[in-house]
Parts: sequence; structure tokens; C-alpha cells
Amino acid sequence: MTLQRKLAILADAAKYDASCASSGTSKRSSVGGAGIGSTEGSGICHSYAPDGRCISLLKILLTNFCQYDCLYCVNRVSSNVPRARFTVQEVVDLTLDFYRRNCIEGLFLSSGIIQNPDYTMEQVVEVARTLREDHDFRGYIHLKTIPDASPELLRRAGLYADRLSINVELPTDQGLATLAPEKDGAAIRRSMANLRVHIDDARGAARDAAAVSVVSMPTSMPRRAAAPKFAPAGQSTQMIVGADATDDRTILSTSANLYGAYRLRRVYYSAFSPIPDASSSLPLAAPPMVREHRLYQADWLMRFYGFAHDEIVPPAAPGDSAGGGMLSLDVDPKLAWALAHRDRFPVDLNAAPREMLLRVPGLGVKAVERLLMARRVRRLRSDDLKRLHVPLKKVMAFVEVADHRPGHALEAADLAARLKPVPVQASLFSA
Amino acid sequence: MATQTITLDGDTDWPGFRREARGLLTRQVPPDDIVWHTRESAELDLFASLPDELDDPEASGDFADAASPASVGEAPGRPAPTPHPGGASAVVPPAFLRLCETVVLHEDPARFGLLYRLLWRLVHEPGLRDDPIDPDRVRAQHMAQAVRRDMHKMKAFVRFRSIEQADGGATLHVAWFEPFHHIVEAVASFFVRRFTSMRWAIMTPERSLRWEPAAAGREGTLTFGPGARREDAPPADAGEALWLTYYRHIFNPARLKLAMMQKEMPRRYWRNLPEAELITPLSVEAMARSGRMIEAPASVPARRIAPVAGLRKHARSPAPDAVLAPMPQALSSDPAEALSQLREATQRCRECPIGAHATQAVFGEGPVRAALMVVGEQPGDQEDLRGRPFVGPSGRLFDRAVADLGWARETLYVTNAVKHFKFELRGKRRIHKTPSQQEAAACLHWLESEVRQVRPRALVALGATAARALLGRPVAVMKERGQWHAGPQGEQVLVTLHPSALLRGDPALQEEAYARWLEDLALATAVAQAVA
Repeated sequence: MTLQRKLAILADAAKYDASCASSGTSKRSSVGGAGIGSTEGSGICHSYAPDGRCISLLKILLTNFCQYDCLYCVNRVSSNVPRARFTVQEVVDLTLDFYRRNCIEGLFLSSGIIQNPDYTMEQVVEVARTLREDHDFRGYIHLKTIPDASPELLRRAGLYADRLSINVELPTDQGLATLAPEKDGAAIRRSMANLRVHIDDARGAARDAAAVSVVSMPTSMPRRAAAPKFAPAGQSTQMIVGADATDDRTILSTSANLYGAYRLRRVYYSAFSPIPDASSSLPLAAPPMVREHRLYQADWLMRFYGFAHDEIVPPAAPGDSAGGGMLSLDVDPKLAWALAHRDRFPVDLNAAPREMLLRVPGLGVKAVERLLMARRVRRLRSDDLKRLHVPLKKVMAFVEVADHRPGHALEAADLAARLKPVPVQASLFSA
Repeated sequence: MATQTITLDGDTDWPGFRREARGLLTRQVPPDDIVWHTRESAELDLFASLPDELDDPEASGDFADAASPASVGEAPGRPAPTPHPGGASAVVPPAFLRLCETVVLHEDPARFGLLYRLLWRLVHEPGLRDDPIDPDRVRAQHMAQAVRRDMHKMKAFVRFRSIEQADGGATLHVAWFEPFHHIVEAVASFFVRRFTSMRWAIMTPERSLRWEPAAAGREGTLTFGPGARREDAPPADAGEALWLTYYRHIFNPARLKLAMMQKEMPRRYWRNLPEAELITPLSVEAMARSGRMIEAPASVPARRIAPVAGLRKHARSPAPDAVLAPMPQALSSDPAEALSQLREATQRCRECPIGAHATQAVFGEGPVRAALMVVGEQPGDQEDLRGRPFVGPSGRLFDRAVADLGWARETLYVTNAVKHFKFELRGKRRIHKTPSQQEAAACLHWLESEVRQVRPRALVALGATAARALLGRPVAVMKERGQWHAGPQGEQVLVTLHPSALLRGDPALQEEAYARWLEDLALATAVAQAVA
């Protein structure tokens, strides 16, 4: 099989994983080294596919042969997709070639399970080891870890990788038991716990090393013990949305639990998309991509805006028809919350605390910081909001400034309707 | 006052601007009396030193300082302006200097006028430095953003193509790029850091860069040259087809989002991106492909890979709502074996709701025939992650006590009354919650089984939950601490505080409280040090 053909099959097989970040790792460069590669804190998206996703890493599977039969997965053992397998050397060469072209920030490597979890993980780790040790590659490496692989292999993976991830796949253990008979939610959580312990230990040791600088000679630079490395960009996971019947409230609660328990950097949500050769036990129609987008927005509210996971989506009332426990599809979760809690508004931008400014629909974290700074030296006016580039109509409905009060607009029954975005007919190339 | 015309040495002459601005400010020339021009750079220094990258400038805090020679050298032969009597002193925040360094690279000819006006106003309007929404500041901010974005896009969209050298020398990697602002020198160091060991050149309409990596006894050198033409860049090489294949196949046709793509990869960059020619055909095809996939009947599974023997099917997580009493049917008669059966079984326990949210059950650990058994309340955050009892902050305090008492932890059997971690989420933290009586009661039989297998000579109950579990009655720990009590089966139970109570207590009294706690525990020393 030609390399072109393998790459086609194994990129196809990898495209259902949503994670693409190449950020949040330690700063490195190839200065003084034998190879190439650097990381500068924030990742770089080198290209974008027409699906709007960034291409930052070479995202491939080592092989799409797999013994597991996870029904939502295009690579499950019972699927009819064409199969291929890269050699370790082929992946190494491809990574270095794309990197030299400046097409990628590094490698994202995952794999189907072949022979057994340990064998598979060993192959994946060997790719990372070759890149780091034989080629002195200093770009970004993200490895997908196999939850049932031995702790020793996870430890070695963390030595070479910037980020590790284990997919929880589905929001509930029940869903997993039904759709992924070989996967075990408890084992996945134990692996995440194990990774968090390693990551925390390495961080703690690095802090200690930085705090103790040994000055041996008055003229010499302080020498530091090398900090142990373990996945400096932390860990992430992915949840498939819409392959089972779990509601958004449950999904957010699962995410909050994962963030809290395992300090994940990111939970990725992936709207279940119809896969070629789908199993008959799954929905064949895609869930709206809007739902995935709303989940990301809700996830941001939890991580950066001080919202608790259980206040974003109201629980489904008993006897509730559709819509209970689900995020609204036609307005964003922050606006939905504000509309449901009008008694908390209008917010006086000149006096309200930071926490409340963050809850104003249309105000982002940066805008809030600027408003707080500016209001220390003068009264805020509506012109300030105009210059901040915030969605004015939305913000004005919920705030008071020196020269503006929303008056009775907040009580108007049609407020939601007036603030809803106008649906746009999708065109191939919007201007 | 007459209008003054200032001509700077080229589009990115930050040192020149800085010098002129300082002079003008000293002479109290108001912003409206100045017209700024730039001269096309004269002969460029072929071995110019690397400019400081804008991302991490070492800004000096004082605008009136003499410039440090490393970054903004005074041109030789030009005296620094002498301060005017009554001239404004120009002390500005370092952040403003960083902003200027970036805005200078913008292509808008009005940038220098804007920056000088801002400088003037910063000196004359004290409130301005604290007002990020001032119109001039916002405009400069937007310019800086546009420059930073262009720099970022250059880092992202430069595409090297390789040219094999006829003389067998190292391959040269060449890129053609068209930036929108004057950013080429500012971005150069990024490519040096990233591709240190590679020979490369980047051509743009205004400037060119070339990097020769270090060779025997020679440092790597970066050379700036004049602009180039698109035709000077090499055509596609053979390897590019692999990149195009990757681009074609990593795209998911079920998720067409062209607006999103164009927001991040504006069309004006497409002409120099080899993959851009695939965008339209892929998009058109996607509509059709996605439709076909949904219309295709679901497939009949074809198991072409034989399932492998020995794939784990055990340890299946129970359904969260199942109420299970998963006691092993036949406990081994060997206590060590029985304990490991019990340990396995607790993992599946869902007799109360706690288990569904924890990582794992944390079972006791220690020798099978330990003389002393120590019982805590429940695992905490660290225990839940590591799967072992007493390894978090409370565990460390307990270990300190064990050492001070001359006990050895490896001779103790250490466990908890409740086997799963109960917590509530506050933001990103898991905050310990005391288990309810029902939860503790549901968990009691696991502890009883451990006691039956280990058969310790005595037990220590740390805290009220453990004391109640072992004595079968509510226990007022503060009243009953430091005494031996008899359990339902006549077992000897010493009651004292849980170490977390000491950690939560008044820090000023901590050492005193610790000493009292040690006195309580010391009552069990004879048992702890007994040879099992």
C-alpha cells in the first residue's frame, strides 16, 4: 500500500477527534539543539479545513485496525472501512516533513487497539520517543492514551508528550456500557486520576526546583536541577454528543466533575456525525451542530464566567415535554440565563461587582476587565460600550450606564424575540 | 506655531520615532503641529542584528531613559536633545512602549501622528493611563491587534518548499509570503527559533530573510535583503502532494462550516496556500457526500478481525442506578485472599449514591494480621485519585504522628469507615462533604468484613464517623477522646480526633492541639508496637 493511500485512510480515521490544541505547554526552541521545533505558549493554527476546524497538528491514527466494537466509532471491529497501518518510521518521517514545510505545530497520535492495550500503547510511545530522542524534535506532541495500558507506559508517554488525553467518549457509564462494551468508565477515570497525580507531582517538583537555586560561585549563574517533565500541557478528553439520549444538563455535570476531579485543560464535545458504514443501532441523522456549539459556550461559562454547572440548564420538570434539561438552540446560554433571571438586571456598570458584570449577555472577560479599569477614573457612558466592540443591542438591554437605562424593555415579553439572532440562509461563501 | 515635518528612516524606524518624539515633547511641540513621513530605507545592512521579538520585549520602564544599546541604539553623531526648561518629562508606563513598538509596524501612515498624540496626552492628562476605553487608546489598541494578528498569520501561513542543492549542499527551504503590515523583521526570530538547524529563506514584496544554520566554528546568521517577486519563489515540490492528501482527508464533510473557516483563514491569504485550491471542490462535494452517507442503509457488521481472547470484560462499571450488594459469593478462607476479593467488590458497590461520582473505592491497606487497625472517615481528593488511604494532607499529619510515636505505618492496617469520596464541586475544586448517616450505615458491612479478616487486637477511631461505625452509637468525640471504649463485640476502640480537624483548627493553637492528639494516640503505642 502506498504512503499516500495509508495517509488518506488514517487521516480519515482520525478526523472524528475534535481536539486540536497545541497550546499551554512549556516554552521551547530548537536553538542549541540538533533538530527543529519550538513551542511558544499559544498554539498556531496552520490551516483550516472547510469544516471550520483548525489544522494545528498532524492528526492521524497509527492504525485503524481495532479489536473493540464501539458502535459510534467508524473504526470499530465490525465496520467495513478500509484498514491500514503505519510503521513507526513512516509517522516520524511524515511529522518531520510537514513540520519543515511549516504546515503543523506537531503530532497528534492515536490508534486502534491491536493485539492488546499495552502493545498498542508501546507503539504509540515509540513514535514519540523516536521523534524526541533520535531527531531532537522540539515541537508539540499530543498522545491519545489507551486507558487499559499499564501505568508504566502512561508514565513514559508523559515523558515525551506535551499533552495526553483519554476520551470518556460518552457522558454516562450506562451509555458506555451500551455502546462500547469493551470500554469501562471506571477504568477511564482511574487513568485520568493517575495522569493528574503524575502531572501534579511533576509541577510540584518543578516549583521546588525553581525555588531552590544553588549559587556555588559568586560569579556563576544559579544552577537549577532539571525539572521532571510530565505532559506540561496537561490532559484533555472528548465526549460524543448525540449518540445516546443524555441531556445537556447531565453532560455539563459530567464535565464539571471531570474538570474538578482531574484538572482537565479541556473537555471537547463532538457532535455525533453520521459515519460511513454506520451501525444500525445509532441515529443516522446528525444532531444539530448548534447543540455542540451551545455546549462549548456553556463550558466557557463554567470555566471563565463563574457559572456553576447546575445553573446553566434548568432541570427537566416532571412531565416536561421536550426541551427540559437541554440548552436552548436559538439563544446562547448566557442570554438564556439572563432572560430567565431578569430580576437580577439591569446591572449598573458603574457600581456592580465583577461577578455580575461577567453575567451580562454580550460582555466578555476582556471587556469586563476594561470596564472595571475605566470606571475607577470616570463614569462609564454608552459611548464606551460602542468602542468596546460588544454586541450593543444585546448589552444595552441589560445594563445601566450614566446616560442609559433600559427602562421597561427588560419586562417586555418580546425581549427574547428581539434579541434572537436573525436566521441566515447558509451560502457557500458568505462575504 | 509652524508645522514641522519629521522624516523617519523607513517604515519600522522605532528608534528614530522614539528619539524624535522625545525631542518634540521636550520642546513642547503639540501633536497638531507635526507631519510625519517615512523614507524608503536606504542601503540595508545585510548583517543587521536580530530585532527583539515583540512578543516578549524587555521594555524599559522610563520613556525618558537613554536607550539601551541592545535594542534602540542612538545613531552615532546625533546628540541627544537637551531638555528644555519647562519641558514635559516623559515618564510613561512600559506597556505604552510595548504598544508603540507594535503600532509602528502598522501600514497606516497616520500611525506616528496617533502615537505622538497619545504620548502628548499621557504626559498632559494624568487620567488617561487608567482609561483603556479612551478613543485614541482604543484606536492604537486596534492597530496593535491588526499587527499582532498579521504576525501570527505569517507564523501560520508561511509555507516552505524545498530546493535540492546541485552541489550536494544542505537542502534550502524557501517560502513566499505577502504580509499586510511591516512585520517581516519582527517575525524573523520566530523562524530562527523554530528552524534553527534548517537552511531557509522567506521572500516577501518588501523584505527578504535568509538563515544559514551554524556550521563548524560559525554561528548561524540571519540576513535581511530587499523584497522579491512571487515568480522568484520555487514551484510545488513532490512532497506537497502528501500534505494535500492529508488536508483532503482530515476534513469532515458532515460538518461544513465555511464562514468559520474564512474568519480564521481570510481569502486574501489563499493565493499562497497550496491547500486553498481544494476548498471549493471539497465543499461542493461535501453536500453530496453527507447526503449519501445518511441515505445509505445501515451496514451489516462484518467482523473481519477475530476478537482476542483475554480482553477484559470484568470490572464492568455497574449501572449508576443499580442498587447492588456485590458481596463476593464465596469468601476465601485465606484472609489475604479474602481482603483482595473484598477490595475488588467495593469497586462495584453502589449501595449509596456516593460511588457513582468518585474515581474509585479506596479500601484499607496493611498487613493481614495487624495488631492495630486505624479507621478514618472517608477518602479525600488525593486518596480518591491515588486509590490509597491516608495519602493527602491528613495522611501526612497522621504519618508525622506515627513517626513521633515511634510506630511503623507498615505494621498498621489503615482504612476508612466510608469507602468512596463524597464531595461537592465549587468551581474547579472538589470540597469534602461529610457522609450522611445512611451512607455510613450502607458502607458499614465493608468495614465489618475488614475487621473480621484482620482481627486486630485494638482499633483507633479517628473522628465521629469512624467512632460511630465502630461503637455502633453516636459518639461525642470531644468528650470521649483519649479513652478506650468497648465495641459491640467487645473490641477495644480508642477514640480521638480526625487529623483533618487539626488542620482546620486555629493555626495559632495547632501545635498544642497536635500535642494533645499525640497523647491520645500514645495510649495505643503498646498495641502498635506489639509483634503481630
